[in-house]
Amino acid sequence: MVKPDKDTGTQEPLIRIEQLSVEFGRHEVLHAIDLAILRGETLAIIGESGCGKTVLLKTIIGLLHPTRGAVMFDGQDLARLGERALTRERIRFGFVFQQAALFDSMTIAQNVAFPLRQHTRKNTAEIEEIVMARLAEVGLPESVRFKKPAELSGGMRKRVGLARALALEPEVVLYDEPTTGLDPIMSDVINELILETRRRHLVTSVMVTHDMRSALKLADRIVMLYPLPRLQKGESQILFDGTPADLEQSSDRRVTQFVHGEAGERLMEMQNGI
Amino acid sequence: MFQDGSLSDDKTPGGGPVQAVADWVADLGGVVIDWLVGLGSVALFAFRTFLWLTTRMVRRETLIPSFYQIGVLSLPVVALTGTFIGIILAVQAYGQFHLLGMESRLGAVINLSLVRELGPVLAATMLAGRVGSAMAAELGTMRVTEQIDAMASMGANPIQYLVVPRFLGCLLLIPALTIMADFMGVVGGALYSVYLLNIDWHHYLKHSQDYVRGFDIFAGVFKSLFFGGAISLISCYHGFHCDPGAEGVGRAATTAFVYSFVAILMLDVVLAIGLESVYLAFWPEGPKLF
Repeated sequence: MVKPDKDTGTQEPLIRIEQLSVEFGRHEVLHAIDLAILRGETLAIIGESGCGKTVLLKTIIGLLHPTRGAVMFDGQDLARLGERALTRERIRFGFVFQQAALFDSMTIAQNVAFPLRQHTRKNTAEIEEIVMARLAEVGLPESVRFKKPAELSGGMRKRVGLARALALEPEVVLYDEPTTGLDPIMSDVINELILETRRRHLVTSVMVTHDMRSALKLADRIVMLYPLPRLQKGESQILFDGTPADLEQSSDRRVTQFVHGEAGERLMEMQNGI
Repeated sequence: MFQDGSLSDDKTPGGGPVQAVADWVADLGGVVIDWLVGLGSVALFAFRTFLWLTTRMVRRETLIPSFYQIGVLSLPVVALTGTFIGIILAVQAYGQFHLLGMESRLGAVINLSLVRELGPVLAATMLAGRVGSAMAAELGTMRVTEQIDAMASMGANPIQYLVVPRFLGCLLLIPALTIMADFMGVVGGALYSVYLLNIDWHHYLKHSQDYVRGFDIFAGVFKSLFFGGAISLISCYHGFHCDPGAEGVGRAATTAFVYSFVAILMLDVVLAIGLESVYLAFWPEGPKLF
């Protein structure tokens, strides 16, 4: 699955994040992040709420712009691309949103067909065929296609979101908290679907999550981000970068606390306004 | 996204009168800067909408629902309010005109006020209230629930997909709504004057024909184009830049209406003055009612 570079034998990363900082007004969320994501890799970005995981994910696809630094995708800086070129690159990505972000005004079939109608010249019958195949892949019955998103359960909506993200057979799939808000069984169904997607479509996956079960089950590599205001001076915002096995062995208390879900002194810190 | 509220101000009280004045100037400067940034941001939004409008064909499937929502569904309410405004004008003006014995000239006053001012402003206000705030709420909800981000992530430009059809709908259909408001107002005013105020039908009609020129109707419809454009751009802008949560969506909807209404009246002043100059250039004797 992972193809080495012909000349050097080393693999060129598909996504390279260089000294990335993102600010909203005077509020800095990400500071000097360096990260390289290899083709075919499944990377989980973990960290507590508000540490900038989703911002990082949205910056990768160009929905948010870096204040400093750059995101290079396949050798190109997305922030410097024109509208047309950006569109061409964006359809190489599939994005699964936290709350699925299905279009309320459209039926399920229209939602899944949306990227196909936008970017392909396929006729209605061909589009319908792909839509049905994608819905079947995520285990949804044919009957849902005429329903509106509001009529489906949270788990079904997430699966439709995944089907829509896969409609154009992307090279990279970005998942924003894919299992948040789901019951344990549905969470695992989504995990299995992510694994299956990776197997079937050979995609590179970047997953933002705080569900450790999913991270450990799915990821080849895990990166932990830490909220900027609580870092020591000069410390990198990436607290941990390694395999799931390394994560279990980590000696950083902040990492082990997160992995095992222990509050420790957090409540006291929060009460003291940190 | 992150705005400094007054709670986060780090000014310490009791810095003396000089400090107080300096703070006041700084606050005022902040408000002016925010206002200018907002204005620039709306202008940029409008520019991007024009750019998409001229560079790519609008999709039929986005245009038709938008036209239906903006035009067809607004027609009954515009017609109804237009009729009432015509009647109200007759009721209010009758007393004064009756004292002067000039009731038959009511037709001129009612119809001229309607086609030049009340018809276009009324149609625009109804559009801002019915469609503008709904657009802001709908787009705001789409922003909050990440549907706009989803659209962009799938390589569809949200301005082209969501704003251009709404802009075209408002721009192209507001003239029809204005003509409807004018027409129903004229009919309402005439029926009330003739049947309930017992004004002579012939004279009412004659005075209306004598004083209302084609230019007056044109001026009203022409103004409405600007109103329609402003309503759609302001409402879509507020939807696109909606704050998170239900409160943000609510605020986007009300702000869209308030700013649209202010824009309608401001544009009306400018256009009324401009069109009056045009009128006087063509007909230097000017309009005379008596």
